[in-house]
Amino acid sequence: MSFSESHGSPKPPSMRTPLGRVRNLGAAHSGTGDFWRQRITAVAMTLLMIPVLVIIMMLLGRNQAGAAQILGSLPIAVILLLFIVASAWHMKIGMQVVIEDYIHNEKLKLVSIMLNNFFSIAVALASTYAILKLSSGV
Amino acid sequence: MVEFALPKNSKITGGKIWPKPAGAAEVREFRVYRWNPDDGKNPSVDTYYVDTNDCGPMVLDGLIWIKNNIDPSLTFRRSCREGVCGSCAMNIDGQNTLACTRSMHDVKDGAVKINPLPHQPVVKDLVPDLTNFYAQYASIEPWLKTTSPTPQKEWRQSHEDREKLDGLYECILCACCSTSCPSYWWNSERYLGPAALLQANRWVSDSRDEATGERLDNLEDPFRLYRCHTIMNCAKACPKGLNPAEAIAELKLKMVERQI
Repeated sequence: MSFSESHGSPKPPSMRTPLGRVRNLGAAHSGTGDFWRQRITAVAMTLLMIPVLVIIMMLLGRNQAGAAQILGSLPIAVILLLFIVASAWHMKIGMQVVIEDYIHNEKLKLVSIMLNNFFSIAVALASTYAILKLSSGV
Repeated sequence: MVEFALPKNSKITGGKIWPKPAGAAEVREFRVYRWNPDDGKNPSVDTYYVDTNDCGPMVLDGLIWIKNNIDPSLTFRRSCREGVCGSCAMNIDGQNTLACTRSMHDVKDGAVKINPLPHQPVVKDLVPDLTNFYAQYASIEPWLKTTSPTPQKEWRQSHEDREKLDGLYECILCACCSTSCPSYWWNSERYLGPAALLQANRWVSDSRDEATGERLDNLEDPFRLYRCHTIMNCAKACPKGLNPAEAIAELKLKMVERQI
């Protein structure tokens, strides 16, 4: 059917066969890794949520010295670090899925995915640095 | 980017209101999407009045009555009129379903509103162009693949293994599920959609098939499979009561299973 025959089609017709278009570049043989990691980080965050909330309540109203004292405890620092890693990773994968869903311009998509990676890594590193600094008392 | 508005030439304009049938004791209002590729006009919604005492109870009966008695140019697909062929899939009262199995009395509140399946190119009136949908079905290679020598009689299967195909083999490829899926609307060039994936799981689950790994290889892709975000519109729409979302979840589980 030609383009003019179909008012719903946003693009001009391709001369490739329909099956050729569907097969396109073939399967990427990936995606399961991200799918599984998104589930792992989701479960991790669920488990860590209550301890993290308790730690935040403990930190409320304290000055920096008081906060440093609480974060000086190894289990507390580890819980916060785990939470940061899990949430930043989860955020990165989730945002990438949203970008892939809605941005169809290939160049804009690549740039967005790159920026998403940079942002997630920067947030994770900055938070990790802050926790380590406070917990080591430097 | 995703398009949130219809293209200019797809915007729906006011349609014709056809006269009520003379002498009808009871009428039902039908508002039907119309588009003709030959007149160069935008789509419109025509209003018809169906004499419910003169036709069957289903929405398809109403459409056939309109075609026979009021407007022979009204175009739609139909064949079996009993929910087996999947030809008359359309959007009725906001839900994708089969016109032959949806009673017009189940549509509450006024007019029966009928549109073609969403987000597909329209050939004419209620007939969508399902070329891509069928190509996606073909791409999952829906036939038994074996390398062992063909047995003298049939390929044997235990009762338990046969039961694993229940809820999968019944699919009639009407496209109600795929065209109800927002993820399919946004990415139908790369996402296979619920119908093709349910069919893929039907062959992956078949104990007689010897190409299970190869089939999973062909599906393992961020777009082909993992665009499913478990929105569940597919399960809600399916006129056969199947659950494509569950079939897709089973595929994902198998993907994880073979990695860990």
